[in-house]
Formats: sequence, structure tokens, C-alpha cells
Amino acid sequence: MFLVAAIALFIAMVLVLIRLYAGPTLYDRVLASNSFGTHTVLFIGVLGFLNGRPDFLDIALLYALINFVGTIAILKFFRYRAIGDMHQRNGAQK
Amino acid sequence: MTETIINFILFAMLISTAFAIVRMTSLFAVIMLASVFSLLTALLFVTLDAVDVAFTEAAVGAGISTVLMLGTMALTARHAKPQTQSNAIPFLVVCVTGAALIYGTMDMPNFGDPNAPAQVHVAPEYLERSIEEIDVPNVVTAILASYRGYDTLGETAVVFAAGIGVLLLLSGLARRRKEDEEEGDI
Repeated sequence: MFLVAAIALFIAMVLVLIRLYAGPTLYDRVLASNSFGTHTVLFIGVLGFLNGRPDFLDIALLYALINFVGTIAILKFFRYRAIGDMHQRNGAQK
Repeated sequence: MTETIINFILFAMLISTAFAIVRMTSLFAVIMLASVFSLLTALLFVTLDAVDVAFTEAAVGAGISTVLMLGTMALTARHAKPQTQSNAIPFLVVCVTGAALIYGTMDMPNFGDPNAPAQVHVAPEYLERSIEEIDVPNVVTAILASYRGYDTLGETAVVFAAGIGVLLLLSGLARRRKEDEEEGDI
């Protein structure tokens, strides 16, 4: 049961990796990277049940949080073309 | 058996990601791939039952490093310059180093070997005596905070000094920017 879930996750990971390698646009890659993070979370969950010790589920949740923060940073980069240094950019536009 | 197959698939993905990183010139794609590489490494650590190491790898490699590299890319170029020199010598150095490292693993005990030096040196004594000596239920905490207390204190001092240094550098940068802008207004 969990083995089937793990195999399905692996297939999904390979598909996402192909999209990540092939591109073609940056948005494909952002989406693929975010999706791979989600697959990591799911795989840690499945791995716990596969080994009969589902103690690491809370850690999988923390991975989800990291993934979320990373995606926010990437999207902020797309929106403003800078991460934290908005001050200089506003000054340049004046 | 299942674990071997899982490790095999994860390592295959890791190696293909590494090759993709080397081949690509778009730095943005390289950053995305590096974050995925780090997540794959974290998964491998989880399969080795090193959950804490895996979590550090994911937080630093996939989280902070991605943000830092994106910030660096915003200040520099978007694409790597095409390579003109020959890769023969670096490739040779990497092959020799890799061979030396693999040779070094020949002497290592098998994974999970109960007779490995790491298992028989001081670990049994810690496990036996930590409750009566330190009286902390978590043995790892007892080792870090008491048996290796000075070591941990030194590490904390180093991390604290590094944090203070980064804060000083960043505040100096912001002040200089502000001064520049005021001069510009005049």
C-alpha cells in the first residue's frame, strides 16, 4: 500500500525533474521546484509509514514551511527584481 | 531491499540534477536546481535516519541558500559566461580526489555495524551514566550541554560573533546608501 504510494511519488518526482531540466520558461522551473518541495514533504511522510515509524510527520510539516518561504522569496524576486534591497531601487527610480 | 531501491532512485536523481547544474548556463535555473539538489540530499539523510541533519540541510540548502543566491543574482548577471578553457585538468583533479575518497571508505565499518568504533568507544558509557550523572532524559542534550559543554559554548560564541559581524556590515551598508541619497538630493 505505502510501497505503491512511494512508487507513484517517485514517478511524479521524475516527471517534475524532467520539467525542471527542460524549462523552457522560468515559471515552469519555479513551479517545478515548488512542486518538488511538496513531493519531498509527501515522501518523508510515506517513508515514515513504510519503515513503520511515522514519528517524522511533524518534520515533514516544517519542510512544507521552508518550501513556502523559499517560493515567496522567488516570487518576490520576480515581482521586484530584488530580494531585500528595495531602498536603492526606489532611489534609482526618482 | 526496499531501502536499497529507494537509495538507488534518490542517488540517480541526485546525479542527474548535478549534471544538469553543470550543463546549464541560465543562473536562475541553476539556483532552482541547487535547491532541488539540497532537497534530494535531505531525503537521503532521512533514509539514513539522520533527521536532524536532513532538516539542517533543507533549511540551509533549500531555504536560506536559495534566497541568498537569488539576491546575489539580482546584483550580478543572469547568465554564466560560456566556458572557453579546457576542462581536462579540473576533471582529472576531481577524479583523483573521488578515487581517494572511495579508497578511504574501504576501511570504514559497515553501515549500522554494532562493533564500529563510534558505537563501542564512549557511547555505551554515556547511555549508561547520563541519567544518574546529568539527570536529563534526552541523552543527546546531556552530551551536548554537559559532557561537551565547553565545545558547545565555543560554537555558540562563534555563531554569535558571525551574527554580530553580519549585522555590523549590513548596518554600515544601509548608512552609506542613505548618505549617498542625501548627497544626491542636494
